[in-house]
Amino acid sequence: MKLRFLLFVALPFIFLSCGPSESPVSRAHIDSILYMGNGTEPQDLDPHVVTGVPESHILMALLEGLVIRHPEGLDPLPGMAESWIISDDGKTYTFKIRSSALWSNGDSVTAHDFVYAWKRMLTPSLGSKYPDMLYDVVNAEKFNKGLITDFEQVGVKAEGNSILVVTLENPATYFLGLLAHYTTRPVHKPTIEKFGQIDTIGSQWTRPGNFIGNGPFTLDQWKLNKVLIVKKSANYWDAKNVKLNEIHFFPIDNTSREDLMFRAGQLHVTSTIPPEKVEVYREEYPDNIHIDPYYGTYYYRFNTEKEPFDNKLVRQALSLALDRRLIVDKVSKGGQSPAFSFTPPDPNSYYPPTSLDFNPKKAQELLKEAGYEEGTFPSFELLYNTSEGHQKLAQAVQQMWRVNLGINVTLANTDWKVYLSRQSVGDFSVSRAGWIGDYHDPKSFLDMMVTGRGNNQTGWSNSEYDNLLIEAAKSTSRTERYGLLYEAEKILMEELPILPVYTYTRIYMLHESVKGWNPNLLDSHPYQFVSIEN
Amino acid sequence: MFELILKRLGTAIPVLLAVITLTFLMVHSAPGGPFDAEKAVTPEVLAKLNAKYNLDAPLWKQYSDYLFGVVQGDFGPSFRYPSRSVTELIMIGLPITFELAVYAILFALILGVSAGILGALKPNTAYDYLPMTTAMLGICVPSIILGPSLILTFGIWLEWLPVGGWGDMPGDKILPTITLGTAYAAYCARLTRGGMLEVLNQDFIRTARAKGLSEFRVVMVHALRGGLTPVIAFLGPAMAGLLAGSFVVETIFGIPGLGRFYVEAAFNRDYTMILGSSIFFSCLIISFNLLSDVIAASINPKLR
Amino acid sequence: MESNQPSLFREAVGRLTSNRLSFFSCIYIFIILVIAILTPFIAPYDYAFQDLDLGPAPPSSDHLLGTDTLGRDLLTRMMYGSRISLMVGFLATTVALVIGVMWGTIAGFVGGKTDAIMMRIVDVLYGIPFIILIILLMVIFGRNLILLFMAIGAVEWLTMARIVRSQVMGLSKQEFILAAEAMGVRKINIIFRHLIPNAIGPVIVYATLTVPQIMLLEAFLSFLGLGVQAPLSSWGILIRDGAVSMEEYWWLLAFPSLTFSLTLFSLNFIGDGLRDALDPRSGP
Repeated sequence: MKLRFLLFVALPFIFLSCGPSESPVSRAHIDSILYMGNGTEPQDLDPHVVTGVPESHILMALLEGLVIRHPEGLDPLPGMAESWIISDDGKTYTFKIRSSALWSNGDSVTAHDFVYAWKRMLTPSLGSKYPDMLYDVVNAEKFNKGLITDFEQVGVKAEGNSILVVTLENPATYFLGLLAHYTTRPVHKPTIEKFGQIDTIGSQWTRPGNFIGNGPFTLDQWKLNKVLIVKKSANYWDAKNVKLNEIHFFPIDNTSREDLMFRAGQLHVTSTIPPEKVEVYREEYPDNIHIDPYYGTYYYRFNTEKEPFDNKLVRQALSLALDRRLIVDKVSKGGQSPAFSFTPPDPNSYYPPTSLDFNPKKAQELLKEAGYEEGTFPSFELLYNTSEGHQKLAQAVQQMWRVNLGINVTLANTDWKVYLSRQSVGDFSVSRAGWIGDYHDPKSFLDMMVTGRGNNQTGWSNSEYDNLLIEAAKSTSRTERYGLLYEAEKILMEELPILPVYTYTRIYMLHESVKGWNPNLLDSHPYQFVSIEN
Repeated sequence: MFELILKRLGTAIPVLLAVITLTFLMVHSAPGGPFDAEKAVTPEVLAKLNAKYNLDAPLWKQYSDYLFGVVQGDFGPSFRYPSRSVTELIMIGLPITFELAVYAILFALILGVSAGILGALKPNTAYDYLPMTTAMLGICVPSIILGPSLILTFGIWLEWLPVGGWGDMPGDKILPTITLGTAYAAYCARLTRGGMLEVLNQDFIRTARAKGLSEFRVVMVHALRGGLTPVIAFLGPAMAGLLAGSFVVETIFGIPGLGRFYVEAAFNRDYTMILGSSIFFSCLIISFNLLSDVIAASINPKLR
Repeated sequence: MESNQPSLFREAVGRLTSNRLSFFSCIYIFIILVIAILTPFIAPYDYAFQDLDLGPAPPSSDHLLGTDTLGRDLLTRMMYGSRISLMVGFLATTVALVIGVMWGTIAGFVGGKTDAIMMRIVDVLYGIPFIILIILLMVIFGRNLILLFMAIGAVEWLTMARIVRSQVMGLSKQEFILAAEAMGVRKINIIFRHLIPNAIGPVIVYATLTVPQIMLLEAFLSFLGLGVQAPLSSWGILIRDGAVSMEEYWWLLAFPSLTFSLTLFSLNFIGDGLRDALDPRSGP
């Protein structure tokens, strides 16, 4: 009786005495399969609907735009467009679509495909959340807002099958780089119209078996919450140079589990590293850990329409009382740099003015000057969305403001949706925010703070700032442009409607067998340049 | 028996209606719509999206439209995954959660009933105290502690078992099953022991022994029946508990089941998914309660 | 009025103290309660005080149980956390008790159609998967402590009502109640002076067993990210934080888990002991 009882208990353990067989990563150089940790499950694969990073990683494999980003320098390389001419005034781009460009079903990729895609992207009834990516194009914004209904008036035209002409409102020197973004890539019209109309979202066209793309890979399997598999596309124009056979994207949103999977040889690259492990890995796995600068800023928003945050001195005081060095070293621990400007510094082109500082004494003086004697500053609420990281940071900041300025801050932790909606209606005092630049240019940051912009949400408005940005948009010279943007950023850092905290880094583990995965500011790793060696 | 089933079904309809109504009201009175995104959506776009998903209709109309759809088996498209219907998502997550629950119950029954029998046969000895105290521990070491501890011990330190997933690597179903099933094993042990003791003290057992029936028959056939009755009756409420347990276990082990789907849907304000899953879970619980009542009644005629 | 209450109480105490385990359980709970109440006076640090330079450190003479990732003293956070967890447990149980007892007594005593309707409502509510509604409630309406224990209490009263009702129905047929009715004692008085005090036995037992269940539920919700707001802590939050970094900082998981489990164990043991005292048939 006792023996039988014990046997029952021991039985399951007998099964597991066989250890794990050879790990997927150790075999990968033979199969040429890349195993990637990809954060959350993708909502959809429609480039005109999705907004997230995990989706962009997958779309990078399935669709290709006019240009590709160089894996190291992010310069635009020919993609669907084999060459282009830019007019002298910088407002007209003529692209020659390469004749070898094919969709995965063998159809040719034509200039009409781009016109159709941009029309779809800008069609108001589709409800795309990212249409402003194309607003530089003549009349694009008007069409998207319903002010004009004839797409013929929008500045994108196909002249024949292989010439695409784009006219811009202003000479936008960054425009070419923008054309690598997934929102500007073409889509296969017959497929989309087979499952609905031009403005139908949520149809079945994005499913394996239906999805037709022009990228280096095709959609093979999509098992929700398990894995998404793409396979090398035979019809891709540069297929002979694509070394990977398959990519497996794993939607793992639990960072500890992703970490364990990497260590067990189930993943080549992770989407992040648990902060507590960063120190440990720097010592134990120096070849695998990567801490790359990322084009993003973690910051706090002030509601400048609410007292006392309508007072510039108050905002400056709060900024001076923040020890950013301590935060990045002891709290976020991800190798980030303290941010003293809104736009992250880019050694290749733009170095923003850095005037911010940590000076609690000065902060106290400013507060007094603003009319708040010691201990009289009203208590306020700091809003952030649920996350380990934001919580820790908020608690540290709460402590700093308490110790350095004697201010009592309460924390309001809400889930993502509530957090977003409270900000959009102005129901907050100070809230945490983060912004990643969509394209490699300071405008992707500074544009946000223009009067009335949807993502401004601080109620701040400065006409000098607005004018500087308008002037910059008209400039054709990069140096002149950057000079104007620099001035604008100076104003921003003086007024401080937003409080930059640190510049993001991309921290992840990368297996040493992966080659061609180069660090760059946009974390862009086109898979055609990636290979796996022994 | 038939009346029992009818009576149960009679309660089921108001329950489902209550679930739908309560959930619907709560979800729609929530701040934060399903279309809020990091990039602020313009009012025009928001209006279009709301129109598309029927969110701009008056509340009562949305409710009645939804009920109409449900009756036809249509739970609508998920808000979070626009190209997938709620039914599809439930069908993806359900088999996994179901499998996990079944394994957990089997584990609980095998381990728990054995321990209970042991304790009942040799009461107040070491054979009794040891399993029963261990059982008590099983109830008091909740899955949120047991799960991470098992992962730490068997996954990280000993490296015997995988630390997450379901069906991806051999052996990855063991730890979640144990984590989810332990508390129920404990309950089963206590219930079996209690029920059997009660039966073993009764006259007809003494009669059976006097008649010369083998000890084995006495225990396994007669006493066990008495011991199993509370266990089977417990299975119904156990399902509800397993449901709550699955949310946590699926989160700890990263299992792509219905429980995790539900928690994510709640956080993402995926209205249709929330409503659909709630209805579905209610149906599950009602069915299991009915099933366990029927089985208990067939084992123990006294309950009819 | 004759009632078997006092002797039951004495017997319960007797049983509890005779068994060594139950005795220690009682002592343990008593200690925990005392510490929880006295926490603001005896805690070694402020619960929100961060020593960022120190960071997470193992147990030392400065910090008896170590510090967490923000350098906060674990012992202090556990003490404050116990206040929250115990408060949720006891308050929610009280809410459940009050509603359940009232509901069950009225249903059981008045009987007839009222009883039928009241218990029907209980049946319907019983079928609703409450964990789902609670999750939804917490997600939608924010992490309000008051809301939390009211929501939990609103779930637990159902079983309480059923127990009370069956007790009351049994009692209603007893002679002393019938006598009181015959004598013209008002219904209200019968309910409060006679029914409730006599039915209270199983209610107390169930309440004692409900507290740990509710604490468990709070821990579950905290684990899913729906617990109290930072920088407050509860045992559930401490366990979750510990689980996240258990590999590097074992003490963050070990100590809260140990205390929590022991508390659950003791409460369950006491509840079991009480139940045995009232119903000697059920085992050792």
